[in-house]
Amino acid sequence: MTLPPDVQPGTELPNLSLEPISRATLALFAGASGDHNPIHIDLDVAHDAGLDDVFAHGMLSMAYLGRLLTAWVPQERIRSYRVRFVAITPVHARPTCIGRVISVDDGLATIELAVTLADGTTTLTGDATVAVD
Amino acid sequence: MAIDVRRAKALRLEPITVTVERGRLAFFAKAVGQTDPVYVDPDAAKAAGYPDLPVPLTYFFSLELESPDPFGYLTALGIDLRHVLHGEQSFTYYALVHAGDTVTLRPRIVDVVTKKGGALEFVIKRTDIIRDGMPVAEAVATVVVRNPEAQP
Repeated sequence: MTLPPDVQPGTELPNLSLEPISRATLALFAGASGDHNPIHIDLDVAHDAGLDDVFAHGMLSMAYLGRLLTAWVPQERIRSYRVRFVAITPVHARPTCIGRVISVDDGLATIELAVTLADGTTTLTGDATVAVD
Repeated sequence: MAIDVRRAKALRLEPITVTVERGRLAFFAKAVGQTDPVYVDPDAAKAAGYPDLPVPLTYFFSLELESPDPFGYLTALGIDLRHVLHGEQSFTYYALVHAGDTVTLRPRIVDVVTKKGGALEFVIKRTDIIRDGMPVAEAVATVVVRNPEAQP
C-alpha cells in the first residue's frame, strides 16, 4: 500500500460506514477482544443495571476508527492514536467513522477523528499522528 | 468514596507476558469487520512485507485483558465496577508487533484526578509494552469512576 497523494490540511479520509451493530457482533467482539463485561452481551445484566438494553463496547468503535486509518495508510506509519468516549453506542446503532487532516508538520500529519451515529450523535472523538513523508 | 491517590500510585499491578496468537488476531479482525487481507491472511501479510499478521492498532488493550484479573486494580482501590466507564484510550507506537511475537505489558497507575467535587474521579493507567527488552508501544487508559453519593 502506498501513501495517499498530496496530504495537506483539510484532506479528508474516505468515510467508513458500518452496518448496524447487531447483538451477534457484540458477542463476537466480547470473545475476540477479551472484554467479557456482561453489560455488553447480557440483556438481564443491562436491565439489572437500570438500562433498557445492552450497548456496544467503546473499544469496538475505536477498532472501527482504526480500520479507517489503516485503510488510508499502512499501519507502520501511524505513530499515535487516541480517543475520548463521549457517548454510548446503543445496540443496532449504525456508526460512521470520519477523519480529516488538520495539520502537517515535519512530515507528520495530525488527523482529527470522530465516530457519529445515524441520529447525529457523536460517540467518539480523537486524533492520530501519521508519518506522511 | 474518594480514591487514595498515593495508594493508587503505589499499587503494584502485575505485568503479564503473552505470545500473540495468529488465530486470535484473525478472530478479532472478523469481529470488527476487517476484510483487509493483511490482517486476516498470513500469506497476504507476508506479501505486504510483514513477517506475519500485524497486531492491529487497538489490540494491545485486548492483550492486557489476558491478565487473570484485569480489573483487580480497581477493586483493590475500593471502586465499584458498576460505576466505572472507559473515558479515554490512547496508544503510542514505536514498532509493529506480529503474530508469534512475545510481549510483556507493564501497567501502572500514573494519576488519579478528581472533578466535580468528587462526583467524578479519573484513574489514569499507563501500560508499557515491551518486546525483547525494547518498547514497542505504550497504552494509556482513563477510567472514569462515578460517585453518585458525592456532594458537589
